[in-house]
Amino acid sequence: MMTNYGNRITQGQFSFLPDLTDAQILAQLKYALDRGWAVNIEYTDDPHPRNTYWEMYGLPMFDLRDPAGILREINGCRSAFPNSYIRVTAFDSTRGWETPRMSFIVNRPRHEPGFRLVREEAAGRRIRYTIAPYAVDRPEGERY
Amino acid sequence: MDAAFDLPDGISPGAQADLRAAYEASQVGAVLEGLERDLVGLAPVKTRIREIAALLLVDKLRSGIGLAASAPTLHMCFTGNPGTGKTTVAVRMAEILARLGYLRGGHLVAATRDDLVGQYIGHTAPKTREVLRRAMGGVLFIDEAYYLYRPENERDYGQEAIEILLQAMENERHDLVVILAGYKDRMDRFFQSNPGMASRIAHHIDFPDYTEEELFAIGERMLSAMQYRFAPAAIPAFREYIARRIRQPRCANARSIRNALDRARLRHANRLFASGHANLSIGDLMTIEPEDIRASRLFDSGDGEAAGSASPPLPDRAPGTDAPLFNTRGLFRAPA
Repeated sequence: MMTNYGNRITQGQFSFLPDLTDAQILAQLKYALDRGWAVNIEYTDDPHPRNTYWEMYGLPMFDLRDPAGILREINGCRSAFPNSYIRVTAFDSTRGWETPRMSFIVNRPRHEPGFRLVREEAAGRRIRYTIAPYAVDRPEGERY
Repeated sequence: MDAAFDLPDGISPGAQADLRAAYEASQVGAVLEGLERDLVGLAPVKTRIREIAALLLVDKLRSGIGLAASAPTLHMCFTGNPGTGKTTVAVRMAEILARLGYLRGGHLVAATRDDLVGQYIGHTAPKTREVLRRAMGGVLFIDEAYYLYRPENERDYGQEAIEILLQAMENERHDLVVILAGYKDRMDRFFQSNPGMASRIAHHIDFPDYTEEELFAIGERMLSAMQYRFAPAAIPAFREYIARRIRQPRCANARSIRNALDRARLRHANRLFASGHANLSIGDLMTIEPEDIRASRLFDSGDGEAAGSASPPLPDRAPGTDAPLFNTRGLFRAPA
């Protein structure tokens, strides 16, 4: 895709930047923890932008003070699913927000084939457009 | 170069380190002074803390000029009788280690067996890991750590928690300091049955019992923190109380003093009620009189020279019943 050089998926924060180093991830997580947000780790091999519900790796981590423990979990998830997308999300439970305040990808598959444009002919001469990841043609677990 | 010893590669012989400046920059002096000021007695504990602070500071200087400075393991074991200040010192320790840059957070997570050991298979590991995650960057304080290990039940999950703990103490020693606390004899037995744990703990610090004089100083501090004061005649009464209390079995040091003062406050409040005065001065509200202390049951038994005080002592039993107001007698019974 012309607008997405290298076919890198751009979802969440920092996704147009090079992958964050562990030190950068720690700094971002520290920011979240200092604001009292609960961090959780999710992974998927179906990166369609409408797929909002990724699989959770472990439980959300409440009451943490230091991000080192989260990085340990991230590394655990990376070794369990080395070829999946992994993101961390920081949830703000403050009344009025009650929503994720941060979300960024911390792991990507080695090769990201990107998305195919699908044209569907509808009634009359209308064309409906949608996108589909090339990878999801294969069954879950064998996609990347 | 005729240095008396060979310098490692890449270190210039003229390199100098300013210990004074590093000491002042770390602001650890203020913490150590606070420790000296706020904690009565505990000389061996303070010495050890000062040694650790010195080691960390020197290590910092060494790494500053390029010498090898491997972060020392700082897992500790605090042993001592109840009320000797183990928890208080652990909180201070977290602060000191944070000031010296050894820990990032400087917070203390207190855990007991309940927080670490699960109730069914597969429950323990996530539970222990969660506590460890919370303690990352700070101090994990495990009170009465010997309860983790229950040799009489071979299917107990405590062993699993110990193994996870050991692993974390080894692998994450840069992120985490574990402090175990408990009675000396039981802790020794715990280490005998878990040699891996004993070898990973570098500092065994024993908290001695307080002397009478130290207990009195502690009592005075507690009282002024609660914004009370002793009447002049109450001071010898309180000293005598401490002398008697310390001879009783199961004296919980500073905690016993706190309880004694709480009871004295109760009697003080009761006395003000009984006196029926409508107008009380600030002095009345603040002053603990000798009879508030001498009404303790500790003065009933024994030689009786202190039992008869000027004013009739407040009853220790609830009016009209046989129920004791403060049933301390059962607590002091010697173990069978």
